[in-house]
Amino acid sequence: MQNIKNDLFEFSVDGDGIGLLVINQVNNPTNLFSSSFIDAYLTVASEAVADENVKGVIVTSGRSMFMPGADLRELRTMGSDPKGQFEGMMRMHARFRGIETGGTPFVAAINGTAMGGGLELCLACHHRIVLNNHRIKLGFPEAKVGLLPGGGGTVKAPYLMGLQTSLMYLLQGLEARPQKALKDGLVDDTAETPEELLAKAKAWINNNPEPQQPWDNKKHRMPGGGLWSPKGLQTMMGAVGNLTKISHGNYPAQNLILKVIHDGIQMPIDRALEVEARYFIKLVGSKEAKNMIRTGFMGMQAAKKGKARPKDQPKYEIKKLGILGAGMMGAGIAYVSAKAGMEVVLKDVTKEGAERGKSYSNKILDKAISRKRSTPAKAKALLDRIQTTASPADLEGCDLVIEAVFEDPKLKDIVTKETEAVLAADKIYASNTSTIPISLLAGFSARPANFIGIHFFSPVDKMPLVEIIVGEKTEAKAIAAAVDYTVAIGKVPIVVNDSRGFFTSRCFGTFTSEGMFLLEEGVPAAMIENVAKTQGMPVGPLAVTDEVTLTLGLHVYESDPTPNKPAAQTRAYKLGKDLVENHGRKGKKWGAGFYDYPEGGKKKLWKELNSKYNSKVETLDKETVAKRIMHRQALESFRCLEEGVLNTVIDGDIGSVLGWGFPIYTGGALSYIDFVGIKQFVADCDDFKARFGDRWDVSDALRALAEAGKSIHQFGK
Amino acid sequence: MEAYIYDAVRTVRGKGNRKGALMGVTPTELAKQVLVALKERNSGLDTSKVEDVILGCVAQVKDQGVNIAKSAAQESGYGDHLCGVTLNRFCGSGLEAINQAGAYVRAGFSQLLVAGGVESMSRVPMGSDGGGFLMDPVQAIPGKMVPQGISADLIASKYGFSRNDVDLFGYESQMRAAKAEAAKLFTSRIAVKDINGLDILTTDETIRPSTTLEGLNNLRPAFEMMGSMAGYDAVAIDKYPEIERINHVHHAGNSSAIVDGASAALIGNKAIGELLGLKPRFRIRAAAVEGTDPTIMLVGPAPASRKALKQAGMNVGDIDLFEVNEAFAAVPMHFMEQMGVDHSIVNVNGGAIALGHPLGSTGCMLTGTLMDELERRNLNTGLITLCIGGGMGIATIIERV
Repeated sequence: MQNIKNDLFEFSVDGDGIGLLVINQVNNPTNLFSSSFIDAYLTVASEAVADENVKGVIVTSGRSMFMPGADLRELRTMGSDPKGQFEGMMRMHARFRGIETGGTPFVAAINGTAMGGGLELCLACHHRIVLNNHRIKLGFPEAKVGLLPGGGGTVKAPYLMGLQTSLMYLLQGLEARPQKALKDGLVDDTAETPEELLAKAKAWINNNPEPQQPWDNKKHRMPGGGLWSPKGLQTMMGAVGNLTKISHGNYPAQNLILKVIHDGIQMPIDRALEVEARYFIKLVGSKEAKNMIRTGFMGMQAAKKGKARPKDQPKYEIKKLGILGAGMMGAGIAYVSAKAGMEVVLKDVTKEGAERGKSYSNKILDKAISRKRSTPAKAKALLDRIQTTASPADLEGCDLVIEAVFEDPKLKDIVTKETEAVLAADKIYASNTSTIPISLLAGFSARPANFIGIHFFSPVDKMPLVEIIVGEKTEAKAIAAAVDYTVAIGKVPIVVNDSRGFFTSRCFGTFTSEGMFLLEEGVPAAMIENVAKTQGMPVGPLAVTDEVTLTLGLHVYESDPTPNKPAAQTRAYKLGKDLVENHGRKGKKWGAGFYDYPEGGKKKLWKELNSKYNSKVETLDKETVAKRIMHRQALESFRCLEEGVLNTVIDGDIGSVLGWGFPIYTGGALSYIDFVGIKQFVADCDDFKARFGDRWDVSDALRALAEAGKSIHQFGK
Repeated sequence: MEAYIYDAVRTVRGKGNRKGALMGVTPTELAKQVLVALKERNSGLDTSKVEDVILGCVAQVKDQGVNIAKSAAQESGYGDHLCGVTLNRFCGSGLEAINQAGAYVRAGFSQLLVAGGVESMSRVPMGSDGGGFLMDPVQAIPGKMVPQGISADLIASKYGFSRNDVDLFGYESQMRAAKAEAAKLFTSRIAVKDINGLDILTTDETIRPSTTLEGLNNLRPAFEMMGSMAGYDAVAIDKYPEIERINHVHHAGNSSAIVDGASAALIGNKAIGELLGLKPRFRIRAAAVEGTDPTIMLVGPAPASRKALKQAGMNVGDIDLFEVNEAFAAVPMHFMEQMGVDHSIVNVNGGAIALGHPLGSTGCMLTGTLMDELERRNLNTGLITLCIGGGMGIATIIERV
């Protein structure tokens, strides 16, 4: 065979007859599993199999990663022609199978991360050796974007790792480092250096002139036994039960991964690949996959890269960050910022208070060290970047100051003025308020153009979202600074405009209040909580209200000077006030809210609830309960879009998913309207308005979209 | 045309595990012995007139594979003319066999049949036949399918049966069975014999007269791990969100015993009885099946019974005695509550908790037990009902001739 060099790979055969195929997709940011690549790969691989002078082929990468996955851009156009797609996939499988059974050994020399399609390419080789580098990851992330590994991975993985282990990779998207991959049987060998990697690959080819895949070997036994073995039965039943427990059946990808395994391991590989292809195509066309790719992958990736920043603004460097208030939020902000390499000044009323805030970072780092995720040296360097103080003067030289003091406008007024006295005039001041309008707080500032909201979620080190709030007078530079800061600390920013509760708190509030209304109307508390979970909400509305405390809701309502508040707000307030004042049920912190929190035991719904509200199972059917809980959040999100609180649909989707756990299979709180069907959604809201009140009022804009049969993504277009 | 039950007979029931007395006996042999017993008990029975053997059997693989009814027919000595068909309506199979035989007779297709069932749970364990209900993800996940023990605990949770309630029921089953055994009331029961004619087992092996309520109270719930570790509590709650948590109350002492056994009934029309000089004991008055939600699964007896009663033009008060299969204590308890029936006329000689539940055979066994007891008490009507996997119920009403 002749040497080949193109924009996808290089292929050459050495003097010993061993072919080396180095994948190097020069026109892509990294190597991707795409139809054009696969076609070219299969062509050269087939030629190598046909050529008697080629004793074997080593497949490796010329990039830092081997191949981190499929080209998802390609998937967006798929699903429109299932028949053509199925035939195309079966042709691809036939060609891969030709190589697997062709008698020429192929070895994957995995010298970088191989995920999804990239890993499937390795599975289509007879032997896998991975470079023993801790940065290298191997896994199948497809389920996270609503798909299943469709390049043979779903049906092949169990042959290598057994049912139980492969489920962790396929269902949960486990990413294994080389040593774990070796232990689990995903790879056959590891090498310490790139040279050893190639030498081992070559040696294997020389020693295995007639390779056979385990799925072609009649003597091969599935590790742990087949589907109907005692272990197989137990594993499959446990997987079905636990999957429902976690996902409530809402994620077709996981369901169908199990299905493909169930069917696939009972039949010859070629028929199994056919089954896999059929279900893969079903998923590619599914609403859930489209939603998960759009919001969870494309949308979040773009947001993380700072898509929301004003284009004309230069990058805003943050070398030194000031934080006012070393409570839970301030302490968390200090940690994530110092972790990103910033010099942090953590200020509280007393130096001791600030030190207590800093100790939060100690705790996280101790845990990280014990789990080998950090080293004492790294931890010390991080802690050294956090300076604690009680003096505003230490804030001098900060590029950005984030205020995280109590939600008290008077206090915020004082600290704003204190800070601005030492902060350079061109630097940015941000408030981490979650409830007070930014424009109101900006009124305390001498430089409202540089005043912005940067709203973190608790716990800061775990929650990936940051909601940036633009006040009336906030200028582009401040927005750019806030976005650049968020990107620098590795979180996902969404930029919204000012409103009470902004976007996230406002819509989250509808989730909790609708739960309370249902309770008040006589729906059993357990039913409200469990139905919310069946829809994919991570926690029920009553439990989450206990978490944030009932008193917070009262405080927010009482401190809002707006006259004639919406009836729904007043209703929720009254219900909360009754529970807090007449029954002492303030929330989880006090051991008593909607639930009781026995020490050392599991939380249990307060047993008086059902009699207090005269609850009956028959009050409402569970479909209506589900719709009220979910629709309400979506309807409020749409109002935010319409009022300009949200700038784009994707911001609302991302904010709802990352901010308060709105389920990703719907795409997010706005895409949810499309998921339900916009006409159905409007009809449901109209019905609910007649039955349950004006909070269900559908705006003209939403109705117009529905009547035009448009998607929510076409709003304003 | 009417369908009559001329006789019914069952084997003793042996523990359905490796210590069980009947493990050494094939299920075909068990079925053969009840066929032979039918012949011996009915001296006028000209076996050449028996057309078919319909046997219920759930796990139709291995020893129970390849149409065990025909296997038993061949072994029975009735003659080569005798056909055999095996059916599976899970736990309702034995009663389904009787109902189908009754339907053949009523339709005029057949004159004389044997209907019954067999299950050797020691040799062919439950679940040996695979299936999709719990294993095929596209069926199990959307269907919110759960193992039966979870369904039973779900019934208890939903209808408020406490641990002590179900334990009391289990205790009562044992006491009634022990009393019936002591009084020798199981008159249509045969011992299982070996090839030498030696008795292998002469009484039901799982009756425990020494059972105490306290002892039952101390047993560990059997399905708690299944519910928490395998996620099935959450699956059940997805379907019944009004339940905060599943109360796991069932265990080996208040659930049916796993046993081996076989049973057979002789069913025919009036003319064949007259021809052969056989006296009909009961007529099959009505029979029905009804499906229910598959998650809670085991609540079918009440709706199936209502359907059968309606078909017969009867009220629940017209029934003198009931046999409601004690798959789990919550099942007959739910039945009694729904139907307004008192425990004093239900399972008067104990049930499957004490005596065992050989899946494919039980329905026919309950029928025979009820026939004997109705005659002994000189009563007229009886209703047999069983809950069935997948969410079904079956009921049959019999009436003395």
